[in-house]
Amino acid sequence: MGERVLMKGNEAIAEAAIRAGVQSYFGYPITPQNELIAYMSVHMPAKGRTFIQAESELAAINMVYGAAAAGMRSMTSSSSPGLSLKQEGISYLVGAQLPAVIVNIMRGGPGLGNIAPSQADYFQACKGGGHGDYHLVVYAPATVQEAADLTTKSFDVADRYRNPVLILGDAIIGQMMEPVVLSESTPNPPPKPWAVGGIRNGRKPNLINSLSLEEGVVEEWNWLFKAKYEEIKKNELMVEMLDCEDADLILVAYGTTSRICKEVLRQSRARGLKVGLIRPITLWPFPYRAIAQAARKTPEFLVVEMSLGQMIEDVKLAGLGDAAIHFHGRPGGGVPREIDIREIIEHVLVQKRAGKIATRGTVIDWEIS
Amino acid sequence: MEMEKIAGRSSLWDAKPSPYCPGCGHGVVHRVLCELIEEYNLADNCVFMAPVGCSILAYTFLGLDVCQSAHGRTPAAATGIKRARPDTFVLAYQGDGDLASIGTAEIIHAANRGENITTIFVNNAIYGMTGGQMAPTTLAGQTATTCSNGRDASLGMGNPLRVCEMLQSLAGVTYLARTTVHTPANVIKTKIAIKKAFDVQLKRQGFSLVEILSSCPVNWGMQPVAALDFVDKKMVPQYPLGEFKVGGVSVTPGA
Repeated sequence: MGERVLMKGNEAIAEAAIRAGVQSYFGYPITPQNELIAYMSVHMPAKGRTFIQAESELAAINMVYGAAAAGMRSMTSSSSPGLSLKQEGISYLVGAQLPAVIVNIMRGGPGLGNIAPSQADYFQACKGGGHGDYHLVVYAPATVQEAADLTTKSFDVADRYRNPVLILGDAIIGQMMEPVVLSESTPNPPPKPWAVGGIRNGRKPNLINSLSLEEGVVEEWNWLFKAKYEEIKKNELMVEMLDCEDADLILVAYGTTSRICKEVLRQSRARGLKVGLIRPITLWPFPYRAIAQAARKTPEFLVVEMSLGQMIEDVKLAGLGDAAIHFHGRPGGGVPREIDIREIIEHVLVQKRAGKIATRGTVIDWEIS
Repeated sequence: MEMEKIAGRSSLWDAKPSPYCPGCGHGVVHRVLCELIEEYNLADNCVFMAPVGCSILAYTFLGLDVCQSAHGRTPAAATGIKRARPDTFVLAYQGDGDLASIGTAEIIHAANRGENITTIFVNNAIYGMTGGQMAPTTLAGQTATTCSNGRDASLGMGNPLRVCEMLQSLAGVTYLARTTVHTPANVIKTKIAIKKAFDVQLKRQGFSLVEILSSCPVNWGMQPVAALDFVDKKMVPQYPLGEFKVGGVSVTPGA
């Protein structure tokens, strides 16, 4: 085991990536992920690896594309407005089946927004973002330790499926310091016989490409991707379920909001209210089945997000017809408060939804509209 | 008496019909590149970067590793490959829409960083693959599907962009030249320029770029011979031929 150290989330992700054998990092400054690029600027060259501060997020993601095409473990990081710019390159990475790790330390939007924590890029991360039918594996760490561990895992998963992996954090995950133990494991990337680098040793030419004008070829590629996504769903789903067995109300939250919800759960249980928590760790694949099964037993669900309501669409899809699904969210950099979440739980479980609820951003019996 | 073969089709080019239109310069440029890659014995570690544009289909007939990237982003993707694998010979091939319009940021910064790659920039003053739209390099008065009355800067359509002149001031650029392939003598000069650009990369001396003026008879709406004449009479005066930078030192073309 490694040493226990105090680190910012951004730095822990950077160090974990270095230990996972990232050979090339390309970034562009944007708050609140700047510690990550700064860490890489010192430690990558020191290890003889590639660091470039690119001229734009567009260039950075396309440098990742090139380095991944050459068979190297490659990575970029940014925050929400920067991720919008990277979408072009992400779509091409998927189309050309190139592994890469992308970090989004989310901030308030839309537009330039602010630099406060947000979870408003869920749709962008999980439902596409770039053009074409595709998915990224999306990890949502809730602690600095988990951010480091999932970063380590990301490189293996990206290589295994030849698909980009996204680490979706927020300004709190990126900026806060927590103790973290970094693993000393030796990276073991698989051979990449598909990479470009010249027709050495008389092998046939390799092609990194996402274009075909021949009829049916791109459709076949998409069916191949679909098969890959089914494998990912089977093998890579991660979800934490806490006190759901006997729960009368289950909170659903990921990342920073799941920490707030965990504390609300503890406080509620202390007051005799049977509250549980489902925390998706992978946002894609999403734990539809876990939520569907829980919804058959538990009548009330409360989804908490730092957005106007994005993940709730998937929770509704999973629990449709079985449980009442409520929502509390704060957009544009707002962070949900324990007291507000407690008030909603009280309203649902104690007052049996009698009277109106004044807490802003709350919808009882949320409906897809 | 057995005859010695002194010229022929490059073994790197599959014996398939050329995908290019009659009178297009791309095929000539490809041939020159293939000959040089063979002469330098570079196929073993060469990565050919195919752009978005007419030459995107190069991978269907070139016997080389090919990486095709997003429109205009070739210099960034080429940077990624070269930095990840410095032992590769990275040959970036771009057209004028790709390099001089959507990808201006990427080419300027790759050049400014002195990325040790070689860029072949084919300038035919029009968008070919999409059917003849105005390019940044379209000449004043030249017609295209998006400027049917001719390019007119006074109507806000901009002026013909001179890429070599623009890149000349950048310290990262080691070799920079503009040539043309509209006559055999100029094809030979093009080969010499590309050879110098290759040498820069092989000696790890920084960024090299050769801009090559080329004809596009179909989208110009001209017969091939008239198109070659258009290169000679119209394009060359706008885009002067010669070397702009040698060994990192600026020179005046024709001086």
